[in-house]
Amino acid sequence: MILNDATVQNIKARAARYPSRRSAILPALTAAYKQMGYLDADIYLEISRIIKIPYIEIAEAASFYTMFPKHEVGRYLIQVCHNISCSLRGADNMIEYLQSKLDIGMGETTPDNMFTLISVECLGGCSAAPMMQINEDYYEDLTRAKVDKILDELRAKAMQEEK
Amino acid sequence: MERVLFKYVDEPEQYRIDNYIKNGGYQALPRVLKELPPDELIDLVKKSGVRGRGGAGFPAGMKWGFVPKDIGRPKYLCCNADESEPGTCKDRVLMERDPHMVVEGIIIASYAIQAHTAFVYVRGEFVYPAHRMEEAIKEAYEKGYLGKNILGSGFDLDIIVHTGGGAYICGEETALLSSLEGDRGLSRIRPPFPAIKGLYASPTVVNNVETLANLPHIINRGVDWYRSHGTEKSPGTKIFSLSGNIARPGNYEVDLGTPLSYVINELGGGVPGGYKLKTIIPGGSSTPLLMPDQIDTPLDFESMAQAGSMLGSGAIIVIDERACMVWVAMKLINFYAHESCGKCTPCREGTAWLKQIISRIENGGGQTGDIELILDACKNIMGRTICPLGDAAVMPTESIIKHFRDEFAYHIEHGKCLVKTDYPFE
Repeated sequence: MILNDATVQNIKARAARYPSRRSAILPALTAAYKQMGYLDADIYLEISRIIKIPYIEIAEAASFYTMFPKHEVGRYLIQVCHNISCSLRGADNMIEYLQSKLDIGMGETTPDNMFTLISVECLGGCSAAPMMQINEDYYEDLTRAKVDKILDELRAKAMQEEK
Repeated sequence: MERVLFKYVDEPEQYRIDNYIKNGGYQALPRVLKELPPDELIDLVKKSGVRGRGGAGFPAGMKWGFVPKDIGRPKYLCCNADESEPGTCKDRVLMERDPHMVVEGIIIASYAIQAHTAFVYVRGEFVYPAHRMEEAIKEAYEKGYLGKNILGSGFDLDIIVHTGGGAYICGEETALLSSLEGDRGLSRIRPPFPAIKGLYASPTVVNNVETLANLPHIINRGVDWYRSHGTEKSPGTKIFSLSGNIARPGNYEVDLGTPLSYVINELGGGVPGGYKLKTIIPGGSSTPLLMPDQIDTPLDFESMAQAGSMLGSGAIIVIDERACMVWVAMKLINFYAHESCGKCTPCREGTAWLKQIISRIENGGGQTGDIELILDACKNIMGRTICPLGDAAVMPTESIIKHFRDEFAYHIEHGKCLVKTDYPFE
């Protein structure tokens, strides 16, 4: 089993609430992603068994939704908005800055497996641009100094958790 | 100017039910349940003239009126919180800061159409707003505003928060329903309209967060008061999300019909840094441009249409003279090409072609005839798709070429920008 008890119970509870069991597919993917940080075929198979929906339907839905990475990513997934409102406030140069600071290209993960950097479509933080999402959290009105501080704090947090 | 939806937006703990009640919340609901049969409620909302705040501006009461009565099938209400139109970030604030106002609106709307299950479809990235909604719903159950026999009225309602998976298309109402049913978020051909055959093939109404948030206020203060805000055909207030090259970006609530210039210059502080205003995308990234000489256009559905654009979702994106418009067009089309669900060929292939052509112009590889090619592709997308995403890609693209054709021509001829875009990040 890849999914832990809490995730399985969460998925079952969600499935019981909907008028149709198929509606639980997206909540199940979300719960699995929350635990794993990515999705893949093995996870679809487990979800399929839990909510009793054919594997192919799970895989088909999952492939549509871009919010879930389909392979393992770093401990922190950095998603930078590259849309118009953020771009007008320096998002392109912020992406450059993050690449050089982390010494990785877009879509890549740092060698210590700490950060994965991608750019995404509008995240709805337009009035607080430029912005990025790291795992579940939004970071807005960003500057170089703020980015430095955020990354340092996340690294320190990871070290703390490792201990 | 009176703030209605944002009256308590700056209070630190307005999201808690006790504070919402203290500030006049959950007063509309008991009145509705005791005094207003669904028909009368629908009539009252029709008279208020409140129009959908998600972008289309369809009268909310009329939408409810399409739901058939007594057909022996369950009915559903969906609160559309899949806020994804570039530039738009208002529903998020309502859910984060004043979620009970949205919950109360959902209960009122559900009662109007006699739905006993309602869904809040929140975009997946909005983990925090979704959490706030979940917490608010939990509090509402504890106080007896949700569940069985609400406040002794005999009316039952459950609300389920459903989070998405990162797809702009799911904000389109039929795609939202596909997604809720566990499918890929593909839009569906209409008719049948959701009011007749929507979620699980049952009558369904999809209303935007901000639309629903208006309802408690309309009930509490009446149609005449509501209509004292805004214009005859666009009554009420509206939240505008101000972004881009603006001194004070943010969400501002003003009466519909307020001049665009007031929001940009008075509230937003104008374009900073001494740069000149170049153009404005006034209603979310899908809407045609307004030029600086149109800055006094009133922000209501009719005036914006008359000026050649749309009120849309109320997302005003301000662009200064430092932007190359080919670059702007590329940023926009990249979005639509990425977000096209792929169901309709004109949109799937057309947005991909537009992206390819505009990108090659931006990157110095533009060819003679590319401008005509873009316009030709636009013509073959517009009006030929099931949902409005295709049109949404075309409208800003055509508008940018109409107003800034010279920048495209320069780009193609010289292989570089007339204005080199380089917004600093410091």
